Amino acid sequence: MTIQSLIETPSELTSSASSSKCAVVLMTRIRLARNLSGRSFPGWADADQRSEILATCREAVGALNPMKRSVNVGVTDLNELQKLILVERHLISRELSGSKSGSGLVINRDQTVSVMINEEDHLRIQVLRAGFQLKKAWNAINDFDSALEEKLDYAFSPRWGYLTACPTNLGTGMRASAMMHLPALVISGQMEKIVRAVNQLGMVVRGLFGEGSDASGSIFQISNQTTLGEPEEEIIKRLQSVLQSIIEHELNARQKLLEADPRKLFDKIGRAYGILQHSHVLSSAEAMNLLSLLRLGIDLQIFPEDSRPVIDRLFIEAQPGHVQHAVQHDLEAGERDGMRATRLRDEFARFPAPATPPPSGAKPD
Amino acid sequence: MGSPLKCDLCSKPATVHLTQIVNNKVHKVDLCEACAQAKGVTDPNGFSLADLLMKASLTNEPTATSATRCEQCGFTQAEFKKHGRFGCPHCYETFAAIVEPMLGTMHKGTTHTGKVPARAVSRKSLHDRLSALEGELDNAIKSERYEDAARYRDEIVQVKQAFAPKAEGESLRP
Repeated sequence: MTIQSLIETPSELTSSASSSKCAVVLMTRIRLARNLSGRSFPGWADADQRSEILATCREAVGALNPMKRSVNVGVTDLNELQKLILVERHLISRELSGSKSGSGLVINRDQTVSVMINEEDHLRIQVLRAGFQLKKAWNAINDFDSALEEKLDYAFSPRWGYLTACPTNLGTGMRASAMMHLPALVISGQMEKIVRAVNQLGMVVRGLFGEGSDASGSIFQISNQTTLGEPEEEIIKRLQSVLQSIIEHELNARQKLLEADPRKLFDKIGRAYGILQHSHVLSSAEAMNLLSLLRLGIDLQIFPEDSRPVIDRLFIEAQPGHVQHAVQHDLEAGERDGMRATRLRDEFARFPAPATPPPSGAKPD
Repeated sequence: MGSPLKCDLCSKPATVHLTQIVNNKVHKVDLCEACAQAKGVTDPNGFSLADLLMKASLTNEPTATSATRCEQCGFTQAEFKKHGRFGCPHCYETFAAIVEPMLGTMHKGTTHTGKVPARAVSRKSLHDRLSALEGELDNAIKSERYEDAARYRDEIVQVKQAFAPKAEGESLRP
């Protein structure tokens, strides 16, 4: 299939919303770093080696069952906007999007499996699931990897495991992560404490778009830091329990906010709703923060549960590339903020109004 | 009581104190929580690698100099220090003396206990078997045990054949 039709196809992220049971986790991702034996890593290989590795990997990956309907292209076959959209959907990294010839990608139709070729490693396989589904994601990627191994000779050492360009990925080559929505921990200023505690448990916290990105929308990525010395299942189990405890802290923080000053919280959410309905200029960071408050409102039953998918979709569609794509022509940054506001005004004209706070919630004047 | 340290960047009270040794010079930084986060100091990924590399190069200078260039890809130790990445899978063998001490601080353990790809392992054990047989063959010839030598030669042929068809389920043992 073509990149254009992939972009138009409903994706895992924009169509199947996280379930209400675990609303704190927006999505789960697992990636495996793999390399071919006897070849230089992408950062050291020369142009000829890179294009040979790219051709070998594209063919092998494209032949696998889950990739029967997929986009299978070189990075140079895509324009800047298409790459940006893929980054915003968490299907490729910024590094890959910035790389020149000799790199490529294979992404399946429903955008649950994506393989980057010649990024930092020869292969970066990713499986993505909406909601909190670490085990399902692991099973899927494990099967995919085993099938791919039948076709390619992986660089592997019995002592050190899968050999990767950077020793920080050595061993399992696995990075499992969850995208978490933690508005109450942010509002109550507890995030720094959480980050430190999570670090001590061997996990890393990052912003929405990975290393060095900010946490607009109170969305954080939590993933394992270490890859060697433990089996994959053990890493996933540890991550799972860390995530579970972060979820508990977030829910407690929400409870505390509600007990301390419900009016203040409802006011924040109500104002966010007002701005989304009536603003004319919205930066993507502001949009993310407003959407984040509405999502919190859904969790607190101020808005109906079935409006959650709208917010989860807009988290992606309010990103610059998606806004630009929707209008089909180039936009200046300022124009884009206008377009984003128009788009959101339109969406929120149809969005249900917030329920009046429960009587127990609001204090009398 | 002395006055508390102030953040080097914004002069709020500093709570994060970082000491880095770069080229044998001690650098001290005091930061407040906000600046530490903004600078990525709290992200262990951002900072630890440089530290680890320094540590490794200090403790392993004598052993590491014996193999400073990867025979397979030409990558050097200096390049590894600069980029923190290797040139090819074989570099892990070449620079084992540098890698080994890093792994302990970087990871939970120093040996792989996770998934094992069936194909790569069978290939590896065939390699090992082949080099063992070739050693035996040499020894047999040197000590003029020609019957043994003939047997080893036959086995070597068999093992080499096992390499050729890269079909699934290739048998490991002769």
